[in-house]
Amino acid sequence: MNTIRLSLSGMSCAGCVSRVETALNDVAGVISASVNFAEHTATIQGDVPVARLIDAVGNTGYGAAELKGVEDEGEKEAAEMAHYRKLLQKAAVAAAIGVPLFVLGMGGLLPSLDTDGGRLFWFIVGGLTLGVLVYSGGHFFTGAWKSARHHNANMDTLIALGTGTAWIFSMVIIAWPDWVPLSAQHAYFEAAAIIIALINFGSALEMRARGKTSEAIKRLIGLQPKTARVIRTGVEMDVAIDEVRLDETLRVRPGERIAVDGDIIEGHSSVDESMLTGEPVPVQKQQGDPVVAGTINKLGTFLFRARRIGKDTALAQIIEMVRAAQSSKPAIGRLADKVSSIFVPTVLIIAVLTFLAWSNFGPSGQASTLAVVTTMTVLIIACPCALGLATPISIMVGVGKAAEFGTLIRNGDALQQAGRLDTIVLDKTGTVTEGRPSVTRLVSTGDWKQDELLRWAASIEQGSEHPLAEAILDAANDRQLTLLDAEGFTAIAGRGVVASVQGRRVLLGNRQLMRENDVETAVVEEVAAALTQKAQTPVFVAVAGDMAGVIGIADAIKGDSHAAIRRLQGLGLKVVLLTGDNKATADAVAQQVGIDQVFADVLPQDKAAKVASLQQQGERVGMVGDGINDAPALARADVGFAIGTGTDVAIESADITLMRGSLHGVPDAINISRQTVRNIKQNLFGAFVYNTLGIPVAAGVLFPFVGILLNPMIAGGAMAMSSLTVVSNANRLRFYKPGAES
Amino acid sequence: MNVLFVNLAGVALIAFIIWWFWLSRPKAQRVRKNVVDIVVEAGTYTPPRIEVEAGKEVTLRFLRKDASPCAEKVIFESLGINADLPLNTPTDIVVTPVEAGEIPFTCQMQMYRGSLVATNESPPE
Repeated sequence: MNTIRLSLSGMSCAGCVSRVETALNDVAGVISASVNFAEHTATIQGDVPVARLIDAVGNTGYGAAELKGVEDEGEKEAAEMAHYRKLLQKAAVAAAIGVPLFVLGMGGLLPSLDTDGGRLFWFIVGGLTLGVLVYSGGHFFTGAWKSARHHNANMDTLIALGTGTAWIFSMVIIAWPDWVPLSAQHAYFEAAAIIIALINFGSALEMRARGKTSEAIKRLIGLQPKTARVIRTGVEMDVAIDEVRLDETLRVRPGERIAVDGDIIEGHSSVDESMLTGEPVPVQKQQGDPVVAGTINKLGTFLFRARRIGKDTALAQIIEMVRAAQSSKPAIGRLADKVSSIFVPTVLIIAVLTFLAWSNFGPSGQASTLAVVTTMTVLIIACPCALGLATPISIMVGVGKAAEFGTLIRNGDALQQAGRLDTIVLDKTGTVTEGRPSVTRLVSTGDWKQDELLRWAASIEQGSEHPLAEAILDAANDRQLTLLDAEGFTAIAGRGVVASVQGRRVLLGNRQLMRENDVETAVVEEVAAALTQKAQTPVFVAVAGDMAGVIGIADAIKGDSHAAIRRLQGLGLKVVLLTGDNKATADAVAQQVGIDQVFADVLPQDKAAKVASLQQQGERVGMVGDGINDAPALARADVGFAIGTGTDVAIESADITLMRGSLHGVPDAINISRQTVRNIKQNLFGAFVYNTLGIPVAAGVLFPFVGILLNPMIAGGAMAMSSLTVVSNANRLRFYKPGAES
Repeated sequence: MNVLFVNLAGVALIAFIIWWFWLSRPKAQRVRKNVVDIVVEAGTYTPPRIEVEAGKEVTLRFLRKDASPCAEKVIFESLGINADLPLNTPTDIVVTPVEAGEIPFTCQMQMYRGSLVATNESPPE
């Protein structure tokens, strides 16, 4: 059974509701239909083609169309392809008339207007060109007319006026050739047809190129599976994704894409999350672990409980955020917006002034013709599209590209600001380091082997809830060591733990615990001192009164932190470490990752103030933190980067979210920001220069000096190319690769 | 005489362009319904100006009939709303104008233009 929503039109009273409901309920296959008058919508349950429902509503005298929740990219592409073909067809028809006229005219093979036969020929050509204007250029004229009625003017206005002027002027010349001198008797039908052909052709190419700019969002939407396998009353069944309910149990088989967000309740597997986080290594998942929609299950099978569905899944939120960011504009684009909004009427005024200038000061005998030609050329060459497209198209590609490698940029301003930062403040715990203690070093003494030392240590830690115990147990688990039974477990506060394994007394803890139990530590003191110097905690292990070894435990530095920090410094940024830890620990970490400036002993509530103090020194500060504890500092910074592992990171909390959990996301974001802003500048520069040079040249300012006038067909070609150039330039950003410094 | 006529006509045309496109506004369509249909077609939003009551939620149902990629987005910059408009599929955008004033909406390139005019008076039945 499907749920279909229709939007209804033409309903004026509540009485219409029952008529529509009755009509819908009468359609075979409909189980229930209800109409919401306030929303003008109908919700229908049942297995029935949408077209039949729309027909049923239509038969009652109202209108209906399907309201879709989930986007159908296939349908969109088909519609775009149909429009693309239509544009090419229109261009071909216009070219079929315009090009022969142009070629024959250049060869002097067209009849002149001073014979009856010649005039008849030109009347026929005028009629054919009118056909071209109606078939191939009709949409420009309707657009221009409708816009004008709404007190608005756009590109259609300019094209319609330009080509319309050419056609009317040419018809006037044919009908009343005596009005203009013989030397000025030239019809511009070929210009009108070729301009229409070029602009349609340019629009078709631009449409193709624009399709590529939204590849990233299409890819994200494509991650969403259409069906899911749910277990209802013990029966497994495939249902449409919209029908999955909260807390329902779903099965995921090897190679399948996960349908909604949830927690594993049975089974285990590894899951490829690279499409969302950019992290290439599959993540191991077992009971209790979260899984997210759109990621791919590798080899295992598991059951999970749906925790977030529909628009609440991480994937849906990511899509929403990327889409919103792609549509937002940074400050750099606002000037272009202001210019675009007054552009067309301004060009219309320039066109009238051009006409007046040529009429008053043009060469005698040719003034009226040149006035018309230059006016037409001004109207045709002006391109508001290049200006209007310059910023949004680059933002679209830049934000999409960043999303591809797990960097979510909130909006255009964040994108622009990221490239202008000069200081990056890194929170230590969870940002530069892993954020949880782990075993960094194992040193055994005497006959003890490293694995045995770890097995014994983990065995007596089984009962402990201390964070250091967790690190030791994790390390034993990673090495798949079988633990031994421990008896008489005792935790001694501030010292460590004591227990018996295989009848032998085991001590695990700090130096003080060893001394108090007369265990000689000299053999491991050198190692312990080295560990302390690196801000790691030495944990001593003694068995039956003898030293067995020492275990180094620390919040380990992420493997790629040092390299990422070097990249940031290579980009000319100052990097600062900010932490609540003591100075010795902070300095040790800073030294290992190559950071010179450290703010240690900073309470969580003071982190924002530290960021502010850097800003007061005139620095543009980017703050990188975990997005939850560091939220005030992230908000205070010029750009806040929230870093997280996998899709757990709170994507609402920062300007830029790094889902990969790697600091490399920061230089990547800064790089893509710089490249995108550079791309926007190139586009804006090109569009402004094109219009500010093109329009005066089209108006004929060069004519008094060098005798050059721009051919209106060249203006048409230039106009078609200008917006295509902007889109193609933006598309270059698609080839950006993470790690490639600009 | 001819040139004088052309010049006068030209100046009048410029005055008309300024008045029509910049100084005068299309008449706002006052609506009392909480759902307003807006058709996106041939470079325009129809109706282009919609008058609603401030403080009341209104659903703007955009139906894009224009296949041009220029029409594929509608942006309410002052409200931070950016929406995709799939072809021939109604798309609802719910807004609540908090106070009286004009809220423009445009395509990405500012060529398609419309506005929501929020007033403090309740539109007539």
